[in-house]
Amino acid sequence: MARAGGSARREGAVHSHTGFYDRYHAWLRHHRLSAADSLRRLLDKPLSSLLTWLVIAIAMALPVGMNVALENARSVSVSWDRPAQISLFLHSEISLEPARHLALQLASRDDIVDARLISSDDALAEFRQLSGFGDLLDSLDQNPLPNLIIVSPASAVAGAQMESLQALLQAMPQVEQAVLDMEWVQRLTGLMALSRRIVLAVGALLTLGVILILGNTIRLAIESRRDEIVIVKLVGGSNSFVRRPFLYTGLWYGVGGGLFAGLLVSASLWFMAEPAHALAQLYQSGFEIRGLGIMGSLNLIILGGLLGLTGAWLAVSRHLSEIEPR
Amino acid sequence: MIRFDRVSKRYGEGRDALRELSFAIEKDELVFLTGHSGAGKSTLLRLIMLMERPTRGQVEVNGKNLKSMGSRAIPAHRRGIGVVFQNHQLLYDRSVFDNVALPLIIGGYDHREVGRRVRAALDKVGLLARESSMPITLSGGEQQRVGIARAVVGKPNILLADEPTGNLDPALSAEIMQLFEEFNRVGVTVLIASHDLVLISRLHHRILTLRDGGLVSGAPD
Repeated sequence: MARAGGSARREGAVHSHTGFYDRYHAWLRHHRLSAADSLRRLLDKPLSSLLTWLVIAIAMALPVGMNVALENARSVSVSWDRPAQISLFLHSEISLEPARHLALQLASRDDIVDARLISSDDALAEFRQLSGFGDLLDSLDQNPLPNLIIVSPASAVAGAQMESLQALLQAMPQVEQAVLDMEWVQRLTGLMALSRRIVLAVGALLTLGVILILGNTIRLAIESRRDEIVIVKLVGGSNSFVRRPFLYTGLWYGVGGGLFAGLLVSASLWFMAEPAHALAQLYQSGFEIRGLGIMGSLNLIILGGLLGLTGAWLAVSRHLSEIEPR
Repeated sequence: MIRFDRVSKRYGEGRDALRELSFAIEKDELVFLTGHSGAGKSTLLRLIMLMERPTRGQVEVNGKNLKSMGSRAIPAHRRGIGVVFQNHQLLYDRSVFDNVALPLIIGGYDHREVGRRVRAALDKVGLLARESSMPITLSGGEQQRVGIARAVVGKPNILLADEPTGNLDPALSAEIMQLFEEFNRVGVTVLIASHDLVLISRLHHRILTLRDGGLVSGAPD
């Protein structure tokens, strides 16, 4: 540095930084300076900065929160280890004893975990209780319901195997109809896929929103410092020198927004934890809501920073070149 | 140091701001540039600063032809020239020290060197005691001296001034001119645009006179 200073005195300031090392240090110094100065400017106006942070945080928390909810729902649906059942409606002339025998026989198969018999009387009682058609049922002179065996296939049985098992059961002489209860699983899977797409679309829109919000905020910051930019350019500040503080402003807005988004998501999950736990207990499930975790929160902050930089970059590249000394 | 060779500048389809202008300013010279407002003084300075480019002709500064200088080279070019503006162009939300330090911060000097040089420059213009003041609390003459300190802090070999005494009373104006003469004595080439003929004719330096974009006196044959 002393050497460079000496040559500067002889030749003027233009040639003061000849070595790569000096230039690198000057560059690093200005980065430090810009980062600190930009942060100080944000903290000098805490209320307006807080509002910007919250706007960004809400826009980020919405898709992230939805995604966390979706992840939780997925973990619940995965935890149902028997997603499909096969209902065997027996011929009406098959009486209770052969039906019970058939159930036992089926349960002993390798590809079947459980075969539970619901007798026509039990089914009628349950139907009477649930449907409220008690009087109507009393007027019937005989039970219209058949005996039913609910077969739970082994967890290894899936997809096409499930269908061939269904076909096999259907072919049994006692069975009138074998119904594979897979529709609701398929519906759930479809619903989840749709929800995922919705979260993605909302996320993409709000990401764009965050970038635009930040771009506009930075545009205003550039506008309010127009005189300063002109002066800096007049005394020899390069475009990247002028750009730097604004990029850091964007970065701090984004990082702060990500931080607040993490807090918002955590707070909402905490708010939902108790009823979710209570609901899970009603279903005899040990389900607990899982939050973002440390890595998730960190990713959110990094994502915020990247969005901030992107927004600032857009604003800076659009508006900074327009400001030239006149 | 500064050489104009048949330089013309025309704005749009309008009249010529400068017409076929040729002159040279040698190293260590102090030259005044005068003429009525609109005669082209500011345009001439702006061409040297590369805030404008000539329509025709060549401008050479510091031995470099400005025509070959791309827009990426402009910042470094400007760092080699100290400029004093009539309206000071100070940053009013920063202290005197920070204003003067700006060219050094841009140049990437470390903070010890910045402190040393800024104080030396402020000492030279007699404002060392006001380094932590805000510019708005200073008088017009003091603000102009802050502008001069900022122009010389990077030790440029060329110093340009556009109406540096424009808003000052005669006594203060004389003081400011004296400062420029001092910088000129230590080897800085100085070009001062001014319409204060009474003041500059007393100072016995070469005077370039512009009229309607052309040079009417002061150019060596």
